[in-house]
Amino acid sequence: MHAFEYIRPASVADAAAKRSANDDSTYLAGGMTLIPTLKQRLAQPSQLLDLGGITELKGITLKDGVLTVGAMTSHADVAASSDVKKSIPALAVLAGSIGDPQVRDRGTLGGSIANSDPSADYPAAVVGLGATVHTNKRQISGDQFFKGLFETALEPGELIVKVSFPTPKRAAYMKFPNPASRYAVVGVMVAETATGIRVAVTGAGACAFRIPAMEAALAKSFSADAIKNITVPVSDMNNDMHATAEYRAHLVGVMAKRAIAAIA
Amino acid sequence: MTKVSVTVNGAARSGEVEPRTLLVEFLRVGLGLTGTHVGCDTSQCGACTVHLNGKPVKSCTMLALQADGQQVTTIEGVAKGDVLHPMQAAFKECHGLQCGFCTPGMVMSALGIVERHKADQLSEAVVRHELEGNLCRCTGYQGIVNAVLMGAKALGVKVV
Repeated sequence: MHAFEYIRPASVADAAAKRSANDDSTYLAGGMTLIPTLKQRLAQPSQLLDLGGITELKGITLKDGVLTVGAMTSHADVAASSDVKKSIPALAVLAGSIGDPQVRDRGTLGGSIANSDPSADYPAAVVGLGATVHTNKRQISGDQFFKGLFETALEPGELIVKVSFPTPKRAAYMKFPNPASRYAVVGVMVAETATGIRVAVTGAGACAFRIPAMEAALAKSFSADAIKNITVPVSDMNNDMHATAEYRAHLVGVMAKRAIAAIA
Repeated sequence: MTKVSVTVNGAARSGEVEPRTLLVEFLRVGLGLTGTHVGCDTSQCGACTVHLNGKPVKSCTMLALQADGQQVTTIEGVAKGDVLHPMQAAFKECHGLQCGFCTPGMVMSALGIVERHKADQLSEAVVRHELEGNLCRCTGYQGIVNAVLMGAKALGVKVV
């Protein structure tokens, strides 16, 4: 790792002020991606602002049908939360499928979605459940949050504070995990929400995306059969050593059908 | 250099580290606690697993300063003097190791599994699933899984 300065701010306001005072500083959440990135010298911030000491960024609340998860809440805490299991069991399952137990004890919701890794699991939940991302400056709808490969709607220095998930009527997440890393080769969240059916995919493209054709078909008939002829363009799929674009396009259909079968 | 103070295996320890010093480097080089191993240095193998505030984490993927003011338990803090912890005894009994390099991390992860399931029950399938963060290149895992189940049982967890 290159050398850097380490600071542990005490509050969101303190972190944001320090971040805006130094263009070269970066936030450190759980560090499950950032620390390996620093080790490989793929990033060279002059200053790390460790968010680990900010208690207002942690915690889970369930109120009036909305589940709110603090940005620095660990995957393990989401997976084990009785409020999450009660309101959105699919989200608990998703969080419990990330990486391995040691990674889940450190990795955070905010860190995951701010990174917008194309194979991360949480983006499928943020898009698929119609969540809202609350930052220190504004609210961003889940549909508008992910912009591309490792790219989000966040402005430089903007800090995710929490994410609110409206409780769906029913939802399921199915993924085909990479057998070594447990990253999603393809993961699909299918949810019936107050505003309609949502189908969101992670792992397959540059960032999480919805499939409107599947949503429309499921609105007419909620069955795996209803989407059997709906495909995603192979040209939009990721193609790497883990899976070809053709295979990923195929897996999108398979995982969507499995998710539908799990909740139908 | 920055001062870091951590409670390690129940004792207050401190040292001077660079901000980029990893927790595992501080434990091994700074404190001489070489039971915690570095296998892959890429957060995959779990040989560096220690407990941070009671929960297993990979000490190669966090900074020493992130542990400042917190509680760390390493493999050296598990036995009571010369008496092996029941989980360590189970690894010995079940031949849950061959070369032994992964064993400190395996034991620390196994104790995490026990902690998570002490109120319910534990099965072989759950043990295999929750050992996903630890790699062993010799045993084929059967002895390790047997050891975790035996150790869990000795610690009062219902094994099914």
